[in-house]
Amino acid sequence: MAELFNKLILYFQYPFVIYALIVGVLIALCSSLLGVTLVLKRFSFIGDGLSHVAFGAMALAAVFDLTNNMPFVLAVTVISAILLLQVGQNAKIKGDAAIAMISVGALAIGYLLLNIFSKSSNISGDVCSTLFGSTSILTLTTTEVWICGVLSVITVAVFIVFYNKIFAVTFDENFARATGTKAGVYNLLIAVIIAVIIVLAMNLVGSLLISALVIFPALSAMRVFKTFRSVTICSAIVSVICAFSGIIVSILAGTPVGSTIVAVDIIVFVLFFILGAIKGGIRK
Amino acid sequence: MALLTCKDLSLGYEGHPIVENLNFDINSGDYVCIVGENGSGKSTLMKTILGLQPPLEGKVIASDGFKQTEIGYLPQQTVVQKDFPASVKEIVLSGCGNGMGLRPFYNKEEKKRAASNIEKMGMSEYADKCYRELSGGQQQRVLLARALCATKKMLLLDEPVTGLDPIVTAEIYDNVYSLNRDDKITVVMISHDIEAALRYATKIIHIGKTVFCGTKEKYLSSVEARLFLKGGETNG
Repeated sequence: MAELFNKLILYFQYPFVIYALIVGVLIALCSSLLGVTLVLKRFSFIGDGLSHVAFGAMALAAVFDLTNNMPFVLAVTVISAILLLQVGQNAKIKGDAAIAMISVGALAIGYLLLNIFSKSSNISGDVCSTLFGSTSILTLTTTEVWICGVLSVITVAVFIVFYNKIFAVTFDENFARATGTKAGVYNLLIAVIIAVIIVLAMNLVGSLLISALVIFPALSAMRVFKTFRSVTICSAIVSVICAFSGIIVSILAGTPVGSTIVAVDIIVFVLFFILGAIKGGIRK
Repeated sequence: MALLTCKDLSLGYEGHPIVENLNFDINSGDYVCIVGENGSGKSTLMKTILGLQPPLEGKVIASDGFKQTEIGYLPQQTVVQKDFPASVKEIVLSGCGNGMGLRPFYNKEEKKRAASNIEKMGMSEYADKCYRELSGGQQQRVLLARALCATKKMLLLDEPVTGLDPIVTAEIYDNVYSLNRDDKITVVMISHDIEAALRYATKIIHIGKTVFCGTKEKYLSSVEARLFLKGGETNG
């Protein structure tokens, strides 16, 4: 035990570990906030689809040798989010099919581009780390930490300011529209925030595992808590704790960061599920 | 005085009209029931009145200082809501959204309005309870309280008693009727329940192959009513 502790102290002397923790916690906080809305609006797969688009964009950035690919990936993902939502409402190809089409399409094209054009000697390694996040969080530059920090703060601020509207639109879109709330605008806002979160979270858990970061804390919280506000707060706390402990475990045990965090999320979900069942059992 | 006027309305989807040439007024204090067979366009009419769906032709005019966004809407429940983690208070408060504009949070007056409407519907002891754990009738009363937060003048109810047992159904009808009688709130209701429609309504709008808009007394002696009421009996 003491040995582990010493190892931890040793690691904390490296700035990259501190960066990873800061960014990890911020990303976890942001991703959990909208999770409740996405789960309830049956939008869980939009996150998944967008993360594949982000992968495609990243591949494109790699082909063009962009050194700082984040702004490019961000732009592409935000535009895709808007298109998915706008087109999804009146398109011939309906919602889930459109998402599935775009997501696998982007994945395939991205991989294809990387294989044809990449100058890297270790393509499967690159792809693996983009998909599963493996080590990238430990190699963050100061600039990336700042971008993550600023975007996270903006995301949280926007969420708090529009909390009541987001609730109204999530609970009953028709009612909100009938009473003069511009539901379309808020749906768009939600889509843009998701896109931003996904690009942020790619650094942490990689594009395949992002949905887990978004939906698991929300689902856990929904097992136990009964009001929208307590569910939102609880999922934020759960998400932050899971990300923090996941990163620590992955440093100590040498496991991949992304999948460790998701594993912790799953364990917490199971605990909350049991807790919810016990609570429900007592009440009945 | 007319709060809402529907003028030469044509309703339908993608250019295929279901109902044409709909003309009627809804006056302050009316209790209007919209009846008709399934698929006759009742829900479409309701969405058009709310401004959720543009009419193919004609228009809905709000007058006398009344705005279309000031209609209190009681929609049919969606699947999403059945499993929604939210307290009664949160849901009722979300009905106060139409005066907010871009203001992010509810003010004291809106919170008070929500609390008094919860009380009016007899749901005070459930204010902090979770919506999905309430019975069907209680959920309906919560949604009614929310609708009341959105309006002082007109309620629009879309089949408010679907799936409720007879006792709860009678209670909901009583609630709505007393809102109409005591609080002078105009009521527009889509209903399958033609008996109840005839008991409470002052005005009937029947849509179908032919359209009837007028007082209950006139409706009872109309061709539409005779055909429809006969049909209603055979359907049970």
